[in-house]
Amino acid sequence: MSADRPEARDPLAAPAALSAPVTLPEALAGAEPVESVCTPIRMAYTYTPGRALSRYLRAMADKRILGERCGATGQVFVPPRGVSPLAGAATSEVVELADTGYVESFNITRVPIERRPDLKPPYCSAWIVLDGASVGFLGLVINLAPEEVRIGMRVRAVWKPDEELETSAANILGWEPTGEPDEVITDYERIGRIEASDP
Amino acid sequence: MIDVAVVAFTQRQEAAISGESEVEFMVPLMEQAKASVGLTQSDMGFTCSGSSDFLAGQAFSFVMTIDGTGPVPPISESHVEQDGAWALYEAWVKIQCGGIDTAFVYGYGKSSPGSVRDVLATQMDPYYVCPLWPDSYAIEALAARLMLEGGHVSESRLAEIAARSRASAASNPHAVRTDPKSVAEILAEDYVIDPLRPSDLPAEADGGCAVVLATGDRARELCERPAWIRGMDHRGDAHTLGVRDLTSSASARLAAHHAGVAGDKIDLAELYGPFTTSEHLLIEALGLDEDSTAVNPSGGALAAHTMMASGLIRIGEAASRIWRGDGDRAVAHATSGPCLQQNMVCVLEGD
Amino acid sequence: MASERTAVIGVGQTKYAAARRDVSMAGLLREAAYRALEMANKTWSDIDAVIIGKAPDFFEGVMMPEVYLAEALGAVGKPIMRVHTAGSVGGSTGCVAASMVQSRVHRCVLTIGWEKQSESNAMWALSLPQPFATSVNAGAGGYFSPIIRRYMMMTDAPELIGCMVAHKDRRQALLNPYAHLHQHDLTFEQVVDSPMLWDPIRYSETCPSSDGACAIVLVDEAGGDRHPGPVAWVHGTAMRSESNSYGGRNMVSPAASEQCADDVFAQAGIVDRRAEIDAVEMYVPFSWYEPMWLESLGFAAVGEGWRMVESGATELDGGDLPVNCSGGVLSSNPIGASGMIRFAEAALQVMGAAGEHQVDGARRAVGHAYGGGAQYFAMWIVGSDKP
Repeated sequence: MSADRPEARDPLAAPAALSAPVTLPEALAGAEPVESVCTPIRMAYTYTPGRALSRYLRAMADKRILGERCGATGQVFVPPRGVSPLAGAATSEVVELADTGYVESFNITRVPIERRPDLKPPYCSAWIVLDGASVGFLGLVINLAPEEVRIGMRVRAVWKPDEELETSAANILGWEPTGEPDEVITDYERIGRIEASDP
Repeated sequence: MIDVAVVAFTQRQEAAISGESEVEFMVPLMEQAKASVGLTQSDMGFTCSGSSDFLAGQAFSFVMTIDGTGPVPPISESHVEQDGAWALYEAWVKIQCGGIDTAFVYGYGKSSPGSVRDVLATQMDPYYVCPLWPDSYAIEALAARLMLEGGHVSESRLAEIAARSRASAASNPHAVRTDPKSVAEILAEDYVIDPLRPSDLPAEADGGCAVVLATGDRARELCERPAWIRGMDHRGDAHTLGVRDLTSSASARLAAHHAGVAGDKIDLAELYGPFTTSEHLLIEALGLDEDSTAVNPSGGALAAHTMMASGLIRIGEAASRIWRGDGDRAVAHATSGPCLQQNMVCVLEGD
Repeated sequence: MASERTAVIGVGQTKYAAARRDVSMAGLLREAAYRALEMANKTWSDIDAVIIGKAPDFFEGVMMPEVYLAEALGAVGKPIMRVHTAGSVGGSTGCVAASMVQSRVHRCVLTIGWEKQSESNAMWALSLPQPFATSVNAGAGGYFSPIIRRYMMMTDAPELIGCMVAHKDRRQALLNPYAHLHQHDLTFEQVVDSPMLWDPIRYSETCPSSDGACAIVLVDEAGGDRHPGPVAWVHGTAMRSESNSYGGRNMVSPAASEQCADDVFAQAGIVDRRAEIDAVEMYVPFSWYEPMWLESLGFAAVGEGWRMVESGATELDGGDLPVNCSGGVLSSNPIGASGMIRFAEAALQVMGAAGEHQVDGARRAVGHAYGGGAQYFAMWIVGSDKP
């Protein structure tokens, strides 16, 4: 222990400036202090998804997945946001992607979450790299036990029945194994990296 | 102090930008600002932005917008939950630390998705005031009544400010309230929040802007007539409305003093006065002489009020006029909070 | 002209807790601010500017709270700024505050980071329903667990390394009176046996949700020289940001993290990072981030971070690079303050003022924070000697 340590003081003692007693008027002497008040805040917003996400959601109604390509690098982003972070420019081309891909990595949630009471734990959420895409996007891996999900596993989209399709990403119920051989990921040096597909 | 100048500025303001996300409408502005001086993101020594989650109705909303800068490879970057003018201030301070000669700044906001005057009620003291839900127009009306009944301003003076804004805005392609009205016509308007008339209120807009800063010789290379930041300061007043004098702006006066406004004649002033009452107070606080200073040649926030960007737009508007030779010395002002609670003053000069 | 040498002369923290119902939001900040002012031997009138930072405004339901806090923070007639860079914000706010002095714009600056999540509903704040978004995740754990899984696969790390980190940080928290979690009897087995939440992340490997504030007083060189008490000199600050989604992105060790570290170590003139640094306060909200950041920040080669953990090198008791002696984010997590706590605890170490969790003779320490999708980074290095 170092010798020149400053004089120890009680670290939890109230700062002097805040420890002065508050004098209450006689009438309030016995009043119970209010510890908290609840102030509900209600604000209505009309959200707009923007051009790229609008196109993406409309295509979802037709069971099509749209990505957008960076003109400078050829990388394909999905879901598209209308911008390439590599170029700092608008994406230049809309491309239709396959509804197949592979599991880039995954999570097994073993606790229920408030927002999705329909999801019964344990369930597997994964980053799926679609064939033709440069980045992974989030989806549920379904129709097999979460413990059987593997990095590299090939999957395909499971769509809602046609009569229930909407302009919503929820049209994809999840991703199920295709049974094809796994994507081979051998380069451990770069396993954290998602390789860009050829333009 | 290191000499820093505003060398590029782009903006977009519309009554409502409903078809595009924030990053979608910001990308072209960011690209154009950098391209106008031949720079790319990798040339920028620092980047800083201003925006608000409460306006967007979404937590971490700025994370969606950073991609517009092109942050690959990574950038030296920061974000303030304040008007873009404070982002510019942070960038200016960063440049003063030495070692960089450029900075990129942007600010943006969409008020149209929600009711901005109600959203702003959540800025008020959360325990005592916000539960009453005083909207921002009603709060300004309290100040306006004090000003009018105390003889600090007349309704015709406020109408003159509104008429001037409309006349100036006619030549500003980014203004959203541009139809000219005479003082008599404005005085004939019905009160919307007594004693404020529609023309006394800000013209709410969606949009954003982007600015490039550069130092010394770098600025001279990039810009024929850089707009040098000669002084910049920001100050705040108390929040509690009852403890400050709403008929004047002590913090704007203080910021103007520290920024050196009084040093010489001011050719033009871009003031972020959301209301006619606030513009009046600012003219007084900054000691401007309207005979020799063109006040809000863009029309100001009365002509287009883009929350989180309007302050930075004032700096850009003032700088653009210096580039064009419309003046040699200008003052730009930004505000935040109810009744001009916080004020920033920036003095810009041409060579 | 070189930037102004800048010194930390005061640090103040509140007791971190799930809910600080005994104070208002302003009261919480003032508790931290007064402790920092007392240590700095300053009063409100000495402060030139106030720089505050916190994570999303929705956490407390107050828009741009620097407006409401003006009087409480002694900022009337002064400049006040509000930084927000996601989870890294406490660190970024520290960097911005330091720049106010380094630039010679101000001579004495008070900076505060805080969160009072109990005032609002954090789940509400983070999940404002957007009709076009779908949610398959369960908060940050669901986002980061696939990244941790990749790290484990990439490095063949033994499964219980994360539990070792969690057990270490919770034990070290017992030495920090301000820490939120004081689990006196927590055994390693209990950590291992705690429920799996976001496999491979166990309950005891996650951070709590805390109320709390942390404040720092920074002064210029003359102020540091004059100060009668201990001083921590700022040897470097850095911020880096990048996109969270592009092809080729290294999610485990993001380029922004590596470049932020390279920048700050270069400023401090540090070559052998592990040998020359005496204590690290790094942002570890999930236990596995300790070995991951050890590698990313260059304290260990790729794949060697977990071996450092396993060897006990990051323990306060006997380790050569003690990490999170305060208990870290795993023991206290008022989000907007968490980064500033890392910066403040690093300063306390080189001031010799860290109390029971002091690293003997610490001369140089690192404070680190990250946020967003592991895309925003802020770091500083402080030292007991003037740079």
